[in-house]
Amino acid sequence: MTNHFVDYRNADVILIIGSNTAENHPMGMKWAMKAKEKGAQLIAVDPRVSKSASMCHVHARLRPGTDIAFINGMMNYIIENDLWFKDYVLNYTNASFLIHPDYQCEDGVFSGFTDIDGKLSYDTATWQYQMDGDVIKKDPTLQDPNCVFQILKKHVSRYDIKTVCQITGTSEDTYRKVCEMYASSGKRDKAGCVIYGMGITMHSVGTQNARALCILQLLLGNMGIPGGGVNAQRGEQNVQGSTDMAMLHGNLPGYLGMVYANKHKTLAEYIEKETPTGYWSNKPKFLISQLKAWYGDKATPENDFCYDWLPKHDGKNRSYMSLFNYMDTGEVKGFFVAGQNPSVGGPSTIQANQAMENLEWLVVYDIFEIETAAFWKRPGADPSKIKTEVFLLPAAMSFEKEGSVTNAGRWMQWRYKAVNPPGEAKSDLWMFYNLFNTIRKEYQKGGKFPDPVLNMVWDYDLPGEEEPDIAKVAKEINGYEVATGNVLSGFAKLAADGSTACGNWVLSGYWFEDKDAKVPACKRRINKDPSGMGVFPQYAFSWPANRRIAYNRCSADPAGNPWNPQKPYARWDALAGKWVIPDVPDFKATEPAPNPSDPPIPVPPEKSAVDAYIMSEDGHGRLFAVKGLSDGPLPEHYEPYESPFRNLISQQQNNPMALTFKTGLFSKIAEIGSEKYPCVAITVHLVEHYQSGATTRNCPSLAEISAHMFVNISPSLAQKIGVKNGDDVIVESVRGQITCKAAVNGVCVPLMVNGKETEVISMPYSWGFMGIATGASANDLTPSVGDPNSNIPEYKAFLCNVRKANKS
Amino acid sequence: MRKMNRRDFLKNISLGTAGLTLVATPALAGESQGKITGEKLPGKIRKVKETYSICCFCGCGCGLLLYSNEEDRLVFCEGYPDHPVNAGTICPKGNGIIEGNTVINKKRNRESNRRRVTKPLYRAPGSSKWEEKSWDWVMAEIAQRVKKTRDESFVEKDEHGVTVNRTTAMAHVGAAALDNEEIYLLHKMYRALGMLNIEHCARL
Ligand code: SF4
Repeated sequence: MTNHFVDYRNADVILIIGSNTAENHPMGMKWAMKAKEKGAQLIAVDPRVSKSASMCHVHARLRPGTDIAFINGMMNYIIENDLWFKDYVLNYTNASFLIHPDYQCEDGVFSGFTDIDGKLSYDTATWQYQMDGDVIKKDPTLQDPNCVFQILKKHVSRYDIKTVCQITGTSEDTYRKVCEMYASSGKRDKAGCVIYGMGITMHSVGTQNARALCILQLLLGNMGIPGGGVNAQRGEQNVQGSTDMAMLHGNLPGYLGMVYANKHKTLAEYIEKETPTGYWSNKPKFLISQLKAWYGDKATPENDFCYDWLPKHDGKNRSYMSLFNYMDTGEVKGFFVAGQNPSVGGPSTIQANQAMENLEWLVVYDIFEIETAAFWKRPGADPSKIKTEVFLLPAAMSFEKEGSVTNAGRWMQWRYKAVNPPGEAKSDLWMFYNLFNTIRKEYQKGGKFPDPVLNMVWDYDLPGEEEPDIAKVAKEINGYEVATGNVLSGFAKLAADGSTACGNWVLSGYWFEDKDAKVPACKRRINKDPSGMGVFPQYAFSWPANRRIAYNRCSADPAGNPWNPQKPYARWDALAGKWVIPDVPDFKATEPAPNPSDPPIPVPPEKSAVDAYIMSEDGHGRLFAVKGLSDGPLPEHYEPYESPFRNLISQQQNNPMALTFKTGLFSKIAEIGSEKYPCVAITVHLVEHYQSGATTRNCPSLAEISAHMFVNISPSLAQKIGVKNGDDVIVESVRGQITCKAAVNGVCVPLMVNGKETEVISMPYSWGFMGIATGASANDLTPSVGDPNSNIPEYKAFLCNVRKANKS
Repeated sequence: MRKMNRRDFLKNISLGTAGLTLVATPALAGESQGKITGEKLPGKIRKVKETYSICCFCGCGCGLLLYSNEEDRLVFCEGYPDHPVNAGTICPKGNGIIEGNTVINKKRNRESNRRRVTKPLYRAPGSSKWEEKSWDWVMAEIAQRVKKTRDESFVEKDEHGVTVNRTTAMAHVGAAALDNEEIYLLHKMYRALGMLNIEHCARL
C-alpha cells in the first residue's frame, strides 16, 4: 500500500478491483464506507456480486483474467476525453521523456523479443530513454511521437469501449459509467483511491495488472496524495513483514537483490552493478551494514565484510512453484514449512502432495496438525509407501509470545504475550534459535565449509530466561552503531565502512525510542491525529522512516502549493520558508547545515519538484517502465493460460514470458476453448476462514459458521446440470476433480463474452482433510502457471467443468 | 484428536456469545443473562488480565485486547478502542482468535483447545502414526539431517570457478504467520547454511 487503511476516508472516488475488501479486509472496508458516508463514489470491478460489490454505487462484472483490457480501456477513455491531470503528468511522470525510436509493440509482442533455443526473453535496448549525454531527452509539448505520452496514447487507443467489452464481457453502459466516474478523480481537487488484492496479482499477467493500475493513477494525479494511492491489501497478518524480510529466493532483507554467481563475483562487482542513481545510491551502506550485523567482528573491510560467505544464486527459477517441481525431479530433499500449508494452499495440490512424497525429510512448525504435516495420510495415499520422515514441531500462537508484525499499511506493531503456549509448544523464535544452536554444535565437529555456520552472529541468550532475547534481535534488525551499541534513529545514519550494523535497513527506526511514549517506535500507541487527516504519526511505526503516505511530495504542485487546498498534505510555507506536512516527507525537505550543530536548512520546493519520485532512478513516476519488468514496458492484454477464447486484441494468445512447466507433474493445461472444461473458475476467500483454513478450521465457532466447502454457480448453470442450492456437485479441471456443495444464489452469473455466454464459477480454497470442518481443496484444480515477474500462480482464471454428483 | 459434533458446535457458539455480552457489559448482564452464568461474574471479571495484541489473521492489523484468567487461559477478546484502524471493532475471525487457545467445554468452562499440538511429533518412514518425542531428540535429529543434506549437496565453486558456497537440496516455505524478529533469525540461519530455496506465500 502506498497509503493506509484510515486514509481511504479521504477519497472522493474509490475503485475496488480484484479485491473483496468487505470479506477479506473488513476493517479496511470500514474506511471505504466512511468515505462513502462523506459522499465518495464507490466502484467495484469484480466477476461476482461479492460482499464489497454489493456495497458500491456501481458494480462492473468482468471475465476473470481480463483486467488489463479493462484498465487500458479506462486510460484510453481518459486520454481521448482529455480528462487526465496535465500539470501532474507533465511534472511528476516520465510522459515527456523520449524513448528509443525503434521501440514498438506489434501484434501483442514488444520490440526486442528473442527466442534462443526455446528460451524466450526481451532485449530491452529499445525500451530505453533517448539520451543527450547524461541527460534524458524530453518534449514538454508531449507531441513527439517517441515521447512516452504519445506511445501510451497509441498503445491504449486499441482498447476502445466496444473492443474492451467484447473481451471482458462487461455491459457497455456500465463500463462507460465506471470510466466516467473514476475519471472524475483527475481534477486537481479530487482524490481517487485504488484498492486491489489477489484478484489483480494472481494471474499470468499479475504484475502488469498492477502496473496498469499505477499508470491509471499517475494519469489522474492520484499518487502521493491523501485519499489516493495504489493500495494492495495484503492477505496475511505479516505478509508485508515477511516480504520486507526477504523470504523470497531472489532477495536479501530490505529489498536488496540477492547475489548472483554470474554477475556478482565480488562485493565490488555487486556494488558497481547494483548501485543506481537516486535513493538506491545508498545501497552499499545497506548491504555492508547487513553483512556487519550478520558476521559481526569477522566482517572487516579487508575481507569484503565476509561477502563470500553469502550463498551465490545460480540464476535458476527458485520460486514457490519451481520448488515443488524440484521435489518432483529429486533435487530438493529436505523441506521446512513454517506457518504455511502447501498441501492445501498452493497451486495444483494433487501434484504438489505427490511431489512431496519424494522428500527425505520434512519439518513442519505449526500450532495444529495441518494437512502438510499429515500429507502422508491424506485420502488416497498409502503411508507405507511414503518414505519421508516428518517432524511436527508445536508452535505458539501470536498471543502466546511477543514480537512485531507489519500490516498492509506498512505499520510495524508490537504485540505482547497474554498466556503461555500449551504443553511443550514453543515460540518460533525459540525453535529457530535452538535448532541453529544444535546445528552449530554438529559443525563444531567438522563439516563442509563451516565458517558461515559457526560465525553467524547468534548470541541471543537471555540469562534466566528460556526464550531468546527478542529485544536484542530487534535492535540488530533496526541497526546500531558498532562502537557504542547505540540504537540508530533511522537508515539515514547507516555507513558503508563497517561502523554501523543493520539487519534490515527499510525497517530502521522501528526500535528507536519515541520521545514522548518512551518506548520503541513500534510499541507506541499514541492515538493522536493532529492534522485530522487520519495520519496518527505516533501510533506504531510505518516503514520507511515512519512515512504514512509514500511519494507525498506529489500532493503539492512544483511550487509547493497543495493541489487541493481543502486537503493540504505537503505545503511549502513561503512566509516561514519551510515545508509543513503532517507526515514524514518522502523528499528532501531539509538538508544538513554546513555546521552539523546547526538545525537543518529547508530545501525550497523547486529542488524536490524535479525528482518527486525519489525512489525512481529518473525521479519520475513511470507511465512507461524502462526497466524492472520482464514482459513489457506497458501492460498488454493476453488471455489467461487456460481460456475459452482466442485473444481478440492480438495474435499473441498468452503472456509469452509466463512461467510454465513444459514437462513433469506440473505441466497439465487445458486447451484453448476446451469443450470439456467450459467454465471460467476463480478461487476466493470467506470472512470466517483464513487462507488454507489451517487455524480457523480448528476454531469451533468459525468452523461452525462456515462448515462446508462449496462452489458458487449461476442459476442458469444449475438448471442446465440439474442441481439445486446445497446439492453435491463434482468440479473438475484437467488436473483433478473435487466434490462439494453447489451454492446457487446469483453471486455468479454467466457473462456475454464476444457473443458467447460464458459461465463463471468461484470456490473458496480454505478446506482440506484435517481440522474440525473438513472438505475438498479447491487447489486440487488450479494450474501451475505463473506471472513472469512475481511468479505468482494463476489462481484467478482457469477452466473447469461442473456436473451433478451421483448420490452414493 | 477429538472431533466435535454439531451439538458441541452449537453449544459453544451460544455460550461463547453469551460470554461476550456478559463481560462487555456486566451491569446489563445480571438482568438479561444472569441465569446462564450465575452470580460469580463480577469476581471473574476482577481477576482477568488484559493484554494488548494485534490480530493474527488478515493484513488490516487490528488492535485487540485479550483477557486471560488465573488458569492462564484466554477467556475473552475485543477490539482495542484506541487503535486507528479498527477503533474497537473486529470481524468474526478476530473474534474467534482465542479459540486457538481455549474453547468452551460441555461444563461451560474454558479449556485448552485439544486440537493444538503440544509435543514434538515424529513420523518414521513408511509409518502410519505419530510418535511423541522430546525437544532434545527432535532438535538433534533434525540438525543431523540438515548437516547431512547440506554437506552432500554443498557446492563451493561453480563450473566457472566462482565461489558460490550454496546448497539447493533444502527448501523452505512460510513466514507470513511469524513475527518479524522470528523471520529475521530464520533468514539468517538459512543463508548461513547456504540455502537458495527460501519462499513463502507472498508468492501465492
Ligand atoms: S479482526 Fe478481522 S479485519 Fe481485523 S485484522 Fe483480524 S481478520 Fe483482519
